Amino acid sequence: MQLVLLSTLPGFLALSYQFGWGTFINLIIAVVTSLIAESAILALRNRPIAFYLKDYSAAVTAVLLALALPPLVPWWVVVVGSLFSIVVAKQLYGGIGYNPFNPAMVGYVVLLISFPIEMTSWVTPISLLPEGVTHPGLWESLSIVFAGNTPVDGVTGATPLDLFKHSNGLVVDQIYQNEALFSQASFAGVGWEWVNVGFLIGGLILLKTRIFTWHGPLAMLGTLALMSILFWDGGSSDSPGSPIMHLFSGASMMGAFFILTDPVSSAVSNRGRLIYGALIGLLVYVIRAWGNYPDAMAFAVLLANFAAPFIDNYTLPRTYGHTDRRKATEKQEEE
Amino acid sequence: MSRTWETPGGVHPPENKSQSMTQSIGHLPIPGTLVIPLHQHIGSPSKIDVTIGQAVLKGQTLTRATLSNNLPVHASTSGTVIAIDDQPVAHPSGLTAPCVTIASDGRDQWIEHVGVTDFRRCGPLDLLQIITDAGIAGMGGAGFPSAIKLSPSKDKAIDTLIINATECEPYITADDAAMREKAQDLIQGIEVVCHILNDPKRVVIGIEDNKPQAIKALRPYIQESSIEIVPFPTKYPSGGEKQLIYILTGREVPSGGLPIDLGMVCLNIGTLIAIKRAVIDGEPLISRITTVTGGACGVNRNYEVLIGTPISHLLTHNEFDEKNCSRLIMGGPMMGFSLTSTDVPVVKTTSCILAPGHSEIPADTPAQACIRCGLCAEACPVSLLPQQLFWYAQAKDQERLEAHNLFDCIECGACSYVCPSNIPLVQHYRSSKGEIRKANIDKIDADNARQRFEFRKLRLEQADEQRQAKREARRLVTEQARATSNTSQPGSSAADIIAAAQQRVITKQASPEQQKAKFERALLAAQSRLQEAEKRLIEATTNGSKQQQTICSASVESARQKVDQTQYRLRELTD
Repeated sequence: MQLVLLSTLPGFLALSYQFGWGTFINLIIAVVTSLIAESAILALRNRPIAFYLKDYSAAVTAVLLALALPPLVPWWVVVVGSLFSIVVAKQLYGGIGYNPFNPAMVGYVVLLISFPIEMTSWVTPISLLPEGVTHPGLWESLSIVFAGNTPVDGVTGATPLDLFKHSNGLVVDQIYQNEALFSQASFAGVGWEWVNVGFLIGGLILLKTRIFTWHGPLAMLGTLALMSILFWDGGSSDSPGSPIMHLFSGASMMGAFFILTDPVSSAVSNRGRLIYGALIGLLVYVIRAWGNYPDAMAFAVLLANFAAPFIDNYTLPRTYGHTDRRKATEKQEEE
Repeated sequence: MSRTWETPGGVHPPENKSQSMTQSIGHLPIPGTLVIPLHQHIGSPSKIDVTIGQAVLKGQTLTRATLSNNLPVHASTSGTVIAIDDQPVAHPSGLTAPCVTIASDGRDQWIEHVGVTDFRRCGPLDLLQIITDAGIAGMGGAGFPSAIKLSPSKDKAIDTLIINATECEPYITADDAAMREKAQDLIQGIEVVCHILNDPKRVVIGIEDNKPQAIKALRPYIQESSIEIVPFPTKYPSGGEKQLIYILTGREVPSGGLPIDLGMVCLNIGTLIAIKRAVIDGEPLISRITTVTGGACGVNRNYEVLIGTPISHLLTHNEFDEKNCSRLIMGGPMMGFSLTSTDVPVVKTTSCILAPGHSEIPADTPAQACIRCGLCAEACPVSLLPQQLFWYAQAKDQERLEAHNLFDCIECGACSYVCPSNIPLVQHYRSSKGEIRKANIDKIDADNARQRFEFRKLRLEQADEQRQAKREARRLVTEQARATSNTSQPGSSAADIIAAAQQRVITKQASPEQQKAKFERALLAAQSRLQEAEKRLIEATTNGSKQQQTICSASVESARQKVDQTQYRLRELTD
């Protein structure tokens, strides 16, 4: 778990470089809230607090939620999200190992549905800030987050996925020429491409250290790429965007390596994880392309969490000495 | 070079084998007392054949095999029997079991024994009898009577003999040492077994590539024979019988089946050497090679140990430092079990005594929650999902456990070894298996009871109906009689009817002699049924499924009850 925390570092640094102090403040609020909430519930449940805090699972949930939240959201948004993640999504289901849903994503979805305005205003990447405007400093950021001061104009703006969702009528080439988010991008979208590269690096480290297997992430990214190739119609005004844009935008890499790899709420067998990952990739694309939300990682992961036990039922590995796979719910034949 | 197949999963724990291989196989002074458990194999125990105070010679039988799955045990040295009672034996729970205790006289005097001059002139059955009489059971750990394994079967010919020289458990080097120093005995043992099996098509020694010296020692002996040596990459648990068969042949033993179902038989190095000694030298199995190792022992070495030697005797001769010992393990660190006492004796299946230091194998850390990370599934050599098994074991969901193939778990411990939450997974599986077995037995018992009850009900109903019918018939007869007597001879009938009825009762009631004879016949029949049931039980224990075994043991039980019942009735009658 500590390794998972460390591996979020490249992504965290990219986020902080591109969007300022907001992510750092989110992180501190989320971790403090989560640890307090976890300790309180453990105390209520008469469990050894230090023993369970040392597994770092609450910290991981908090960090993942914090990294998913827009920088500079009001403090209470982070607190509500963290409390919901830890108390409801995790501890009420029995604590670590027993939660059917990814706690960080449950917290995220609760916030997205309850506070849509706060949750959809992202900070502008550093290189696209208007002339003379900079990201707020630490002190100013704290006052925005805690005292509700509004940031200077131009500090918040659309994300690449927002643009694609809302620029109806423009062919892709026009979007790419007109929008600085794309025209100044290296390959996929200013700022976001590097955030995704950061999470990709962290993910590859975890893969290398065998914290998880390749099945889930590869299936998810592969399906997302496949879908965006299939529906990439050469860049008409209806096109939902290029494969590169989809792979390196929004929560793609973070989701693939840090969210859907949560073993507790995912499918268990390697085959199961292939299906599980592919399902998430498919859902992400479907919601991005034709749904109401610009990004969809949280919804896709939660829907796939629902499906995980079902997937497990049909994906037991074939055991030594058996000719066929069995089903998890298979009944013993009466002899 | 023969092709090898790779099993899924597996782990690479530190081997720790070199410590005990710095010296050749050693011998220890004969211990003052030897404790020989009577039951050291899978199968039913055999009958005791000595009395307290009796002098015994080395190699003399202490027990007599009465059933086909029995094995005798022998005195490991000469001396006097000083006790026949329950003693602590090597068992995870510190059980006691019947043992013969011998005070050695120090002379180590052999009983007269002679091997066969030319085993090639002996029939397989004679050789199998020798192997049984020598008390040879699989020495790799299971303790399955070797002669039963090698017995010809009606429907399956054995065409492949696999010699398990894998020894994949860390620390243990008993087989490695045996191959280096007793290669000739081993090859002769293989030849004997080949003769018994009527020269199988393929004879293959499966060995991990971490034993190059053993391979080198064996090479000269197999130059001119058809025996193959197949080395393969070291990985735990390649030495599991099923794993080894897959590695060497690419075939899988069917679930719930035995290697013989594939026409294969798998024997361990120690067992083959014991077979050679039994057949060619006439020596029963009274000693084995055991590795004594671990950081808490000053000397790490293999010994030729007499069966029945107390562990404490081994330890004191190896500069054992109790303070530095984290636990005492019989077997290896993966599949062995902790001993609660140093008084327990070495038995036929004791391959290793491991006394690790505190830093080597630290005490258990408390288990954390399972997060289903799946490392266990990666490590599982039989492709189970240990995390799911653990989940259902905790929920005691027996149906799901069986659907997840719990009974295919070979309890190798690879999952527990890799578990980042330190969950003792195998212990959970063992206890679940026990619970399911018990539930199945209970179910069979309940089914039998229900059947008995239903049958009794039916029988009573039928008897009732018959009685009714008889009553009806009698009524008709009397009515008819009354009708006729009314017409012909009125008045004289009542007394006649009573007399006739009394006469009927007397003829119906058999004389005591007749009754006794009847019961005696019943007793004889019940006894022969009991014998038959016992025979079936033996067959079932040797090659039947668990289910069959339970059914057979239930029928033995009921037959025995029947015999008791009849005997009781008979006694009642004669008294």
